[in-house]
Amino acid sequence: MSSTFDTVANIIAETCDIPRDKIKPESHAINDLGIDSLDFLDIAFAIDKAFGIKLPLEQWTQEVNDGKATTEQYFVLDNLCASIDGLVAAKGA
Amino acid sequence: MRLEYFQLIDRIVELDLVGRTIKAQAQVPDTSTIFEGHFPGHPLMPGVLLIESMAQTSGWLIIGITGFARMPFLAAVREAKLRTFVAPGQMLSLRASLLHDGSGYAITKAAVDVDGKTVAECEITFRVMAFPDPRFRTSMSEVAQRIGFPVEASANG
Repeated sequence: MSSTFDTVANIIAETCDIPRDKIKPESHAINDLGIDSLDFLDIAFAIDKAFGIKLPLEQWTQEVNDGKATTEQYFVLDNLCASIDGLVAAKGA
Repeated sequence: MRLEYFQLIDRIVELDLVGRTIKAQAQVPDTSTIFEGHFPGHPLMPGVLLIESMAQTSGWLIIGITGFARMPFLAAVREAKLRTFVAPGQMLSLRASLLHDGSGYAITKAAVDVDGKTVAECEITFRVMAFPDPRFRTSMSEVAQRIGFPVEASANG
């Protein structure tokens, strides 16, 4: 069974046509990989489907806009995967 | 169809908030300046307007699902297929279903039928957000009333 990171990295590679080997756990989806907000919707859709969750993009965006969180907290892939794992665990609880 | 106002839907035929589907109708006008240019001697409903009609149909579905609290904005169109010509005066039967209700976005699949035959289809992504101005929502409510959108069902849905 592939890890959350592998699944997410494959989704990003396929959705945004980014070479898979450039996608690292420490990559920032926006700053390092150059993914814009529209492309991130495609990624979110694929992640939602793959994991059976609903990434709280609106809440994250609001928190970043309000200065309560940094983009690194949500868009560095390691952190994104941790959020996904948390949502999956919450779903199964 | 009020092409001059970019309001392409004439009537909501059915809104199913449980099944997350919608059906609508729209009559292509017999005359419009659009047909003078598109095309001389061969008037056709522009494909982009067929896509817009599917977007507006999908949009009403999303407005219904959100209880008229949020507004969908067109963000992406995929797999658009325009299968045959649509001429002035033809009646369009539009349908859309919600594929995914994301956080701040939604994805629908929509199609246009004429005389029981599918003439266009596509998959559409919308950004979904609060109405940016109360006048906007008021205006949409007025359009909803005109096209028979069941505002109450949507609010209770």
